[in-house]
Amino acid sequence: MFYRESGQFKTSYQSDQAVFPIRQDLWCVVAFFLFALVVIPYFGTEYFFQAIMIPVLIFSLAAIGLNLLTGYCGQLSLGTGGFMAVGAVACYKLTTGFPELPFIITLLLSGLITAGVGLLFGIPSLRIKGFYLAVATLAAQFFLSWLFNKVAWFQNYTPSGTITMPPREVLGYAVTGPNADAMHRYIFCLLFVIVLAMAAKNLVRGPIGRSWMAIRDMDIAAELIGFRPFQTKLLAFSVSSFYVGIAGAMALSLWLGSVETAEAFDINVSFQVLFMIIIGGLGSMMGSFVGAAFIILAPIALTNVMVSWLGMQAVTAKHFEFIFFGGMIIFFLVVEPHGIARIWQLVKEKLRIWPLPY
Amino acid sequence: MEFINLVLIGPILEIAEYPAFFLEVVFGGLMSGVMYSLVALGFVLIFKASGVFNFAQGVFALFAALTLVGLMTGTMPFSLDKVLPELPAWAAIIATFIVMVGLAIAVERIVLRPLVNQDHIIMFMSTIGLAFVLEGLGDTIWGSEVKALDVGIPTGNFMIGEIQIQIFDLWAAGVAAFLVVVLAVFFQSTRTGRALRAVADDHQAALSVGIPLKNIWIIVWSVAGLVALVAGIMWGSKSGVQFSLSLIALKALPVLILGGFTSVPGAIVGGLIIGVGEKVAEVYWGPLVNGAIENWFAYVVALVFLLFRPQGLFGDKIIERV
Repeated sequence: MFYRESGQFKTSYQSDQAVFPIRQDLWCVVAFFLFALVVIPYFGTEYFFQAIMIPVLIFSLAAIGLNLLTGYCGQLSLGTGGFMAVGAVACYKLTTGFPELPFIITLLLSGLITAGVGLLFGIPSLRIKGFYLAVATLAAQFFLSWLFNKVAWFQNYTPSGTITMPPREVLGYAVTGPNADAMHRYIFCLLFVIVLAMAAKNLVRGPIGRSWMAIRDMDIAAELIGFRPFQTKLLAFSVSSFYVGIAGAMALSLWLGSVETAEAFDINVSFQVLFMIIIGGLGSMMGSFVGAAFIILAPIALTNVMVSWLGMQAVTAKHFEFIFFGGMIIFFLVVEPHGIARIWQLVKEKLRIWPLPY
Repeated sequence: MEFINLVLIGPILEIAEYPAFFLEVVFGGLMSGVMYSLVALGFVLIFKASGVFNFAQGVFALFAALTLVGLMTGTMPFSLDKVLPELPAWAAIIATFIVMVGLAIAVERIVLRPLVNQDHIIMFMSTIGLAFVLEGLGDTIWGSEVKALDVGIPTGNFMIGEIQIQIFDLWAAGVAAFLVVVLAVFFQSTRTGRALRAVADDHQAALSVGIPLKNIWIIVWSVAGLVALVAGIMWGSKSGVQFSLSLIALKALPVLILGGFTSVPGAIVGGLIIGVGEKVAEVYWGPLVNGAIENWFAYVVALVFLLFRPQGLFGDKIIERV
């Protein structure tokens, strides 16, 4: 009744190809965005920002990055954690090496550096596919975390081996360092992630995204109609790494503040991000956000329910979390391979003809 | 020049100077190589018969070892109280194998059957999920602390010349060799083995001549469970039953790439090469870069291999036709 497109006539190609062709969708997204930007900072607490909103946003960005590669271009990667580490270390080295560099530029540059590294590890993708490629990316994961752990230059020779982000300001507000207000960090995160997500959305619905999807759906056919597989895949690798790298840089600077690279971005992070896009939806921008929110919130909710309400031990809850996530992965792959995003789409289809389905 | 001296000539000279030590390093590598081979063997079996790349193989080994320890110490599942009768090693091993068969049936029912004909990559991701479920399940049922496992494999060591050899390692190698021979006979000369090979060649053709696909899958996953059990016993006796056991699964991936995904001898040879290679690299080249090369050496070897020979040493060449 409320959600339908009757009366919304498309009079130009431009309006027909809009990101949100149905007006209600656009309103919904704008309302959601305004809610996140205006209402949440109004009543959010320090804990709420630090433990929920900021990690959700940062992991959404990482999930978008992996989704570009796995969901749109069909190349599985298990090295997301390693590439996030590259972003974090690049951000750290850039801020400490060039103190007068604006913070936003630093973030973008860290992304570019990660893109370069991603390009390097993407080279084998021309010859190999599927889980062969997964092993190649695993090599990236283990090699990179070893490199950042063992080579003291990456930690500026600090004896503890941790990297700590010095304070930086954006438009006069401190966003990194120990004195940065959680709300400012959150708002900066939100704006930055939204801008990058819009860029990614426009990328995947244009010629570049179509070439990725052609490669994903059938690489030989794509090659025959004129897409160059090597360039296309490498582009996917570098753009994906760009996003993942920025997510890593943001995780260091805006969320954690101080990390031990090998610990904070280990193989489990790679799996976590992979789970986000499987549960959220392979090949869907919204799915990246929903998946990230799910993977971040579910353990918190589980722990609360099991430990506080049912009085179980924290260890048991932790084990149960493993079973829960593994079970969710299998469930979604079997029942709905396109994840929560697809379920949402089905709901919308139903809603369109409600209350008089035909 | 100094750099070349440091990286290339120095370690070689060191090897030449103390050949006995080098041999000892190689032996140590061979032994961990046997362990990698055992896990890799489980991968290859499942991959050959169902085209599924079972990421959970390492967790299978962990789960089998946990169950075995639990049965041998008489632990009550879920409560960690030691109230049940303690089983002798042989009975516990048989009981664990039955559990693994049950697991194989459950996996076939719940995970594989609904996913028939899906993309390989989807199957792969579902086994990642399976690995997480089993990991949580094993810890929930049997507890997560490190456990000692002793099934009566003799320990101790003796010297040949200047080289020290662990009796346990010889046993491990012997068991692995025995397992490979048994599997080879099973695959080559039994009815079931022939059916397995038929399924591996072509699912549809196998179905059309009346080979029951689901039974075959259960058998294959049970055999993989058996291999996992053996691997679990070996690793568990050597370094205790603990979570890190499941990480061997990751080490088995480069082993497979080196040996080829479809070749049983490849898994063995690949495992040995990786085992020796990483030990030698760690001992002789590790100090140059602050050590811990072991963590990534295998993967980088695999990466280089992928660039030049993607099908591995013994694997079938992948030919794509339009």
